[in-house]
Amino acid sequence: MSSLAVNVELPELQNPLMPYLRQDRIPHIWCPGCGIGTSLNAFIRALDEMQFDLNKLAVVSGIGCTGRVAGYLNVDSFHTTHGRAIPFATGLKLGNPDLKVVVYSGDGDLFAIGGNHFIHAARRNMDLFVVCVNNFTYGMTGGQVAPTTPLGATQTTMPYGNFEPPFNLPYLADSCGAVYVARWTVYHVRQLTRAFKEGLSKKGFVFLEVLSPCPTLYSRRNRLGDGVEQLKYYKEKSVVKNGADTRDVGLSFQGDIVVGTFVNRERPTWLEAMNEHFSQRFGDRYQPYGVHRED
Amino acid sequence: MKSVIKGNSAVAHGVRLARAQVIAAYPITPQTSIIEDLASFVAQGQLRATFVKVESEHSALAACIGAASAGARVFTATSAQGLALMHELIHWAAGARLPIVLADVNRAMAPGWSIWTDQNDTLSQRDTGWMQVYCASSQEVLDSVVQAYKVSEKVLLPTMIVLDAFFLSHTHEVVDIPEQELVDRFLPPLDLPLKLDIQRPGAFGNLVFPDRYMEFRYKIELAHREALEVWRQVDEEWGRLTGRSYGLVDSYKVEDADTVLLTAGTPASTARVAVDRLREEGLAVGVVRLRVFRPFPGADLARVLAGRRRVVVLDRNCSYGHHGIFHQETKSALYDLPERRRPQLVGVIAGLGGRDITAGDIAAILRKASHGELAPVSWWNVLQPEEELEAAVACK
Repeated sequence: MSSLAVNVELPELQNPLMPYLRQDRIPHIWCPGCGIGTSLNAFIRALDEMQFDLNKLAVVSGIGCTGRVAGYLNVDSFHTTHGRAIPFATGLKLGNPDLKVVVYSGDGDLFAIGGNHFIHAARRNMDLFVVCVNNFTYGMTGGQVAPTTPLGATQTTMPYGNFEPPFNLPYLADSCGAVYVARWTVYHVRQLTRAFKEGLSKKGFVFLEVLSPCPTLYSRRNRLGDGVEQLKYYKEKSVVKNGADTRDVGLSFQGDIVVGTFVNRERPTWLEAMNEHFSQRFGDRYQPYGVHRED
Repeated sequence: MKSVIKGNSAVAHGVRLARAQVIAAYPITPQTSIIEDLASFVAQGQLRATFVKVESEHSALAACIGAASAGARVFTATSAQGLALMHELIHWAAGARLPIVLADVNRAMAPGWSIWTDQNDTLSQRDTGWMQVYCASSQEVLDSVVQAYKVSEKVLLPTMIVLDAFFLSHTHEVVDIPEQELVDRFLPPLDLPLKLDIQRPGAFGNLVFPDRYMEFRYKIELAHREALEVWRQVDEEWGRLTGRSYGLVDSYKVEDADTVLLTAGTPASTARVAVDRLREEGLAVGVVRLRVFRPFPGADLARVLAGRRRVVVLDRNCSYGHHGIFHQETKSALYDLPERRRPQLVGVIAGLGGRDITAGDIAAILRKASHGELAPVSWWNVLQPEEELEAAVACK
């Protein structure tokens, strides 16, 4: 070992994506091996690669570990009440239709307490990009059974394994009318980044499910090892099936995972449908809402 | 059996001993470990009940209302936002006269988001027709849950058992967990006089026209008046069985006190330490703790406070645009006292969003109050807007 004092002037080094984060909020609360940060990294990369105009972006979160995304992103963001991210976002979108509104939340928030809002926003084809980080559990409150928990998995409120069948989220989104439905895991960072880009470019109700490990609660309670072990599972058990019938993509405990873009279709958004409806009814007397007229 | 457990576990043991039959709940910090303990009791067969983790607090209380309407003994637990989400059904439970017991771990309301304690979540439910009991120890939490079933089932009103976030919910204390046999003697199985019963078909939840609605409401008021006496009797009966009773209003060194601090929840325990300290300094001070808040024991409060020189009410809550809620309520209770027996009353708002209320704080408040130096209404240990701005800038 050298005893010489080395004094080298290093240039200020910073990850080029750091400006996308509120650095005064770092360190974040996510546990080692959690995939929420990886999903956020893919989201930020998508924004960066698209050179997305951040003045046209709003990110809305509900409550839970994933709900913290809104607080860490250095864009206009809104940390709302539990389950209500979608209605808050709906108001935001209708109040300022120029915005791209992204709802970034967890499975408990979006599909238990907020489930009703999800199905109705999809039915209306509200122009929202809904990202669900699915870790199969309630992370923030300590690992209770969620509407996504696979059959047989152990949770604090299911100490001998879950007996409630979980939702198949892509099927739910598809059947309610979402125009874009995809699922990836946090192992698939390239595909995930591409899916974020597609979601940001797509008009209408877009749903992206991101499977993520929860090493502290879900994995530990089910003896599934650490975050790396779960990534290995994602790598080994994921099968890419673009265009798969969403009825066939339900998940089982540590079973196969069908990933890919399942749905990509066109349908008028709620605002388009409203403008079309009133224009037909009232003709020129109706001024379409949220549409900028060329002067 | 004596055991060292958290306040939240004390709730769960109380519910287990009361033999609740249906438990429906949704996770929320700092309540969650109550329902986790109950899920374990049910799964391990220590409590023969149905436990369902539903999709929201609104659904949790709705499920409890359904089960109670069918005659089951039910339980749920929540905090802050969860209780607010239940609000519609909180009214329903009381209006339908269902003896539901709910534990609320007092937590501050958002925004700003806070998981720490204050009393505005439960006090926002003050006028719903529920009974409310504010606890100060884990033992009292367990005992109050069992008592609550007995009172609720006698007067047909729901009860909210209230405990402070973290200071009580997550603090371990020695708790004497009674034997099942003792609780069974105290609390017989529920037999609701009116329930959904296929042998006696009936329709619940119908429209009530103006010629009858008021009578329904008047009966709730009559039940509350009766409940005041029932709480007293049930608490005394529990005292005979276990040696522990708490009263509706709990007082400490008040008889010869010149200045009395009145509060609810755990700050009342802290206040005892402050009172002992100030007594050594020669100040004649005491503490009154409001335990049962609804029905309101106004006459008891007036009796214990009559003739004291000053009363300072410590509120961990605020009715914005007016002042502390216990302060207002105490004022109303003292109004009817003859002027020479009526204490001066001041109110202090402290400890919102979990800010600590130390024995030092309470001693300072009591010292100031004893010297007549407290404004009629004040906020304790709070930055002025310009100071807050400076602090925020310094933080950056």
